[in-house]
Amino acid sequence: MILLAVVKTLVVAVALLLTLLYIQWVERKVIAHIQRRWGPHRTGPHGLLQPLADAIKLLTKEDLTPPHANKFLFVLAPFLAVTLALLSIAVIPFGNEVEIFGVRTPLQLTDLNIGVLFVFAVTSLGVYGIVLGAWASNNKYALLGGLRSAAQMISYELSLSLGVVGALLLAGSLSLGQIVESQAGYYWGWIPRWSVFQGPWPQAVGLLVYLTSAFAETNRVPFDLPEAETELVAGFHTEYSSMKFAMFFMAEYANMITVSCLATVLFFGGWHAPLPPDGPIRFAPAAALALAAGMLFYHAGGAARGKQRLSMHLFGAIAAAAAAAFLTPAARALLSPLFWFFLKTGFLLFVYIWVRGTLPRFRYDQLMHFGWKRLFPLGVANVLATGLMIALFG
Amino acid sequence: MDLFLFLTFALIAVGCAMNLLAQRHPISSALSLIGVMVSLAVIYLLLGAEFIAAVQVIVYAGAIMVLFVFVIMLLNAGEEARTRRSLLVRLFGIPLFAVFLTLTGYAVYLAFADEPAVKFGAFVGTTEALGQSLFREYLLPFEVTSVLILVAILGAVVLARKEVR
Repeated sequence: MILLAVVKTLVVAVALLLTLLYIQWVERKVIAHIQRRWGPHRTGPHGLLQPLADAIKLLTKEDLTPPHANKFLFVLAPFLAVTLALLSIAVIPFGNEVEIFGVRTPLQLTDLNIGVLFVFAVTSLGVYGIVLGAWASNNKYALLGGLRSAAQMISYELSLSLGVVGALLLAGSLSLGQIVESQAGYYWGWIPRWSVFQGPWPQAVGLLVYLTSAFAETNRVPFDLPEAETELVAGFHTEYSSMKFAMFFMAEYANMITVSCLATVLFFGGWHAPLPPDGPIRFAPAAALALAAGMLFYHAGGAARGKQRLSMHLFGAIAAAAAAAFLTPAARALLSPLFWFFLKTGFLLFVYIWVRGTLPRFRYDQLMHFGWKRLFPLGVANVLATGLMIALFG
Repeated sequence: MDLFLFLTFALIAVGCAMNLLAQRHPISSALSLIGVMVSLAVIYLLLGAEFIAAVQVIVYAGAIMVLFVFVIMLLNAGEEARTRRSLLVRLFGIPLFAVFLTLTGYAVYLAFADEPAVKFGAFVGTTEALGQSLFREYLLPFEVTSVLILVAILGAVVLARKEVR
């Protein structure tokens, strides 16, 4: 039992850290292509070794502590930020109950009765990492960034919770595993009963409110005022360098992953497939991977550089092998839920990056105005409407 | 295990509370208060009140204390200077505190000596049970409290509003 828990924790932790490493590569590539650039392209094939190079660079940089900084809090703050950001992945369900090597286990570290509240509690504490780090730096730009962060967190946390309440009312539970279960099934055999589509009151508005406030909670563009580099040098992490800076960086991306996972679980039916899983949709993962393999092989033929020709063939072969694996019934039953979960979460993460490449930053007064006078009433209205519709037709 | 956890977090709570008084810088005091809040949440959790524990962290540690820290940072409050205590305080402070502590402890003992000890995890603190009792048995107090809070918010808005000529 303990061994199983340790193995699961290790797998999730390693997968999360790898995702953290490579999501910035994806982000740089996507932003680059939005701006018609190549993005990282020199370190390894298509810049795939860039995250490792960045990690080495950050590790070997000089670690500065400014004079007159509060030493204890200055060191504590990045640890606090990254620990709390990594913690909430523990309650996210990635898939249904599976049997691996004769052991039955749900693909989830732990299913708390109050899973949603746990995530909110942990993320609400995460702001201290930013605020305390900013204050302990003894730098006016950092302090301004920290102040903005605190104000923004308090304002948008309300909308974040209100956006979720509708989906919770539909599911009738706070446990993330049961919330996913409640979204199983399909209307007329083809519309999934996900919260965004589920009757009596589909949660499209709730999703909008949740996602918008999640952008603000994770300090991402267009709500990245705490680190607005055109106004505040680098905002709350102005004085941080080396590993401590990397920790703040990791915390931001880990928070992004958490809120995307939570959106998948609450609004997009978690690991449920978009069409009945025993229909033709069961071949979709294999088809998608086969398509990727085909594209890689095709482009490998026309690639200009010899080095890339080799690597693209390699990745093509990996994708083809994965596609073949999805064709065997046993592997399909095991991997399909994971495939759908990661596809949905990956799409939401892509939306994050897409928005960053598209929208400019809010002004501070616009941020507060939008949060309190637009998003908050919209969230309340959605909760009232959901409650009313459930009472009448639920 | 329960007892061990209880003792650990009770000690942390009391230690943080004393640290709150001992610290001279407002930020350090605020941090100690957060420590108290979080250890209290763990104790609620030990009793089985999971919803209360989560709400304790979200509302007190995650929202109210962020506001505290925000205000302290905004006003840029510095370290407090240590004043010379008056003769009265220096002479009678600690003895009076000891008397007060003994009396309170005795009163608590008198009131609850016959009650059976709390069992860990025995309290029904599921979200459902809490919602049922809040909106069935205690509906009137709940609604009255919410109106009271609304009145307080309105009062704050009226007081904070600038006079428009």
